[in-house]
Amino acid sequence: MITLTINGKEVHTPKGSTILEACQQNGIPIPTLCYDPDLRLAGSCRMCLVEIKGRPLYAASCVTPAENGIVVETESPGIVAARKVILELLSARHKFNCQVCEKNGDCKFQDYCYQYGIKESRFIYGEATNYGINDPNPFIERDYNKCIMCTRCVRACEEITAARAINVENRGHHAKISTAFDGNLADSSCLFCGQCVMVCPTGALTSKVSAGLGRAYEVDKVLTTCSYCGTGCTLELNVKNNRVVGVTSNRTATGSPVNKGALCVKGRFGWDFINSPDRLTTPLIKENGQFREAGWDEALDLVAKRLGEVKNEFGPDSMAVFTSARVTNEENYVAQKFTRAVLGTNNVDHCARL
Amino acid sequence: MTEEKRIVLRNADLINPKKIEDYMQAGGYQGLEKARLMSRSDLIAEIKKSNLRGRGGAAFNCGLKWSFVPTDAPVSYVVCNFDEGEPGTYKDRIIVQKDPQSLLEGMAICGHAVNSKQGYIYCRGEYPYVVELLNLAIDQARGKGLLGDFDIEVRMGGGAYVCGEETALIESIEGHRGEPRFKPPFPGVAGLWAQPTVVNNVETFANLPSIVLNGPEWFAAIGAPNYPGTKVLTLTGDVANRVSIEVPTTATLREIIYDFGGGIKEGKKFKAVQVGGTSGGFIPESLLDTPIDFDSMRGIGATLGTGAVFVMDETRDIVDITTRIAKFFEHESCGKCNPCREGTFRAYEIMKKINNGKAVAQDIENLTILSQVMEKACLCGLGQAAPAPILTTLKHFYPEYQARLQIH
Repeated sequence: MITLTINGKEVHTPKGSTILEACQQNGIPIPTLCYDPDLRLAGSCRMCLVEIKGRPLYAASCVTPAENGIVVETESPGIVAARKVILELLSARHKFNCQVCEKNGDCKFQDYCYQYGIKESRFIYGEATNYGINDPNPFIERDYNKCIMCTRCVRACEEITAARAINVENRGHHAKISTAFDGNLADSSCLFCGQCVMVCPTGALTSKVSAGLGRAYEVDKVLTTCSYCGTGCTLELNVKNNRVVGVTSNRTATGSPVNKGALCVKGRFGWDFINSPDRLTTPLIKENGQFREAGWDEALDLVAKRLGEVKNEFGPDSMAVFTSARVTNEENYVAQKFTRAVLGTNNVDHCARL
Repeated sequence: MTEEKRIVLRNADLINPKKIEDYMQAGGYQGLEKARLMSRSDLIAEIKKSNLRGRGGAAFNCGLKWSFVPTDAPVSYVVCNFDEGEPGTYKDRIIVQKDPQSLLEGMAICGHAVNSKQGYIYCRGEYPYVVELLNLAIDQARGKGLLGDFDIEVRMGGGAYVCGEETALIESIEGHRGEPRFKPPFPGVAGLWAQPTVVNNVETFANLPSIVLNGPEWFAAIGAPNYPGTKVLTLTGDVANRVSIEVPTTATLREIIYDFGGGIKEGKKFKAVQVGGTSGGFIPESLLDTPIDFDSMRGIGATLGTGAVFVMDETRDIVDITTRIAKFFEHESCGKCNPCREGTFRAYEIMKKINNGKAVAQDIENLTILSQVMEKACLCGLGQAAPAPILTTLKHFYPEYQARLQIH
């Protein structure tokens, strides 16, 4: 264990911890923008700066090791002044339209501006950034006028999804997140998994599918398992007025042991079928070329009867069963058991083999 | 009067830099030969004892830096920082152009000390003609078997100022965007391709053959005790003689400007000198008797840095010059960390406003708080040093700023 002093209090932390981790373990709040425990460290937003006695420079606590005997101040006047300047610098390039922003109420940048009382920026000189919002894709809204360049999206794209669709282009104040040759996401290696949306601390990256349907504080989050495939990813259905209005990630190890919040395009953006009027909610039986609604007992009886008739007339090998990767291993097992033991044929296959 | 003392430039203009035989005849590679007879720890102890401090700008103790490389590291690298991006600095080019073998020998000595088999020279992108000379010199040294199992490769920079920062330089060699890494880990522990790496400046390496050959006591006795040896300086701006010189570190700025530089040209009066390149502080007349050694410079809020000495005469407009410098940093900020990316941009915007006579006192206050935060909060040396010209000119030449303000 390592012993250090934070804000006048002696605290202990395991060897190898950063100062940020030592603070988190001891309930000392530190603001962070670029830090994400699941991503490679950047140390670049400088919000988590702390003062270490005897060192001339402020240290980014997310990347600075906790050492025995160091004396750390997390909210000294100098640190607060530095955080204010950083927030004001970001405010000078950030488009504030919180009243219509999807992230209102769930935005780290907004929270810190509130916490540090940033009513206006002293550094609005010259032109503000003015990037267009024009990426014609059905899923991800990219509004880089709200981007604070934390690069969490770049790291998530590379490290979680390994798509490497986006990176930083240009230098200095003109640096911005971009696909190769600054094209559309659809023309890049983007898989529209939305991991970038998951990690974005501001409203720069949001879901187009959920746009306008409800803010984070208006929805109940219902933890469930994605029904699209057998992987079994955990996700949170965002429910407002008894309707699903979005999907967000649960990133905890206990809440999301399979996928740690990572989802694919279907799980994150493909939920609008739930309330679709085209959705089948009862079995249909076709009679004289027309479908009619039926109950489950009637439908299953009909299927059993017809399968029996086909088997008697043409033999079991006249039938085959194909199963799907959308169902679980257990369901696939039952399907092949049914095919072999009930239908009596080995004609069984699975789409994953194709 | 202080006289030139040549250690790094001992062979300058006396030998043909394209002929390794000339270098050998002048005592070349005897330092390396002697170093190889020493154990690794003895060699590092010798360099530590000489108190040679890095000549690239940060003045870190050279032997101490080498000692950070773990003794059991299976792979380690020696990297020479020849990016030399500070405007007004050309000392490394002079050293390499006049005596390239001196650099190679120094790198090989370091290679022996840290058990490295591979060195890289990261050469400024604007120096393609020097790369040719370096490659010729490497071929000659290799051909004579002088480097032994140590090899050296030259890599070209792409022109980004930030790649003179050692970790951005490493990122660039690895083929990534030139952006600095956070430290720790320091390159001595995890540098190039995550292996232990020593990064030293050209001038630091070029000092090594003489130190090994003549012993650490000899070197430590030259110049200032806390920053011994010599410093190669490049004089630019309004001096009569725009020359490069090598002087003991006890020389004062006044001696450099008036004795070596021949004073201010056309008989004008001195106004200011900026030492260390664009990121250096501005020094007024009253502080000219300060010796150039690193600690004395730091004592007056300036840096020795790269040893560029940029002299301005009485006709020069300090606010205009500082605005141009702010523009330089706005252009060269890599964009990784918030305070530098946004700070250099806003500092330039405010400087332009002041320079155009449209600013009020509040703007100067904003500029000051921004600069003070950048100095302490930025990720790397670029952002930390970028405000130095602003803060030092505000301190020493405030009336010039005041004269530009709108009266309210």
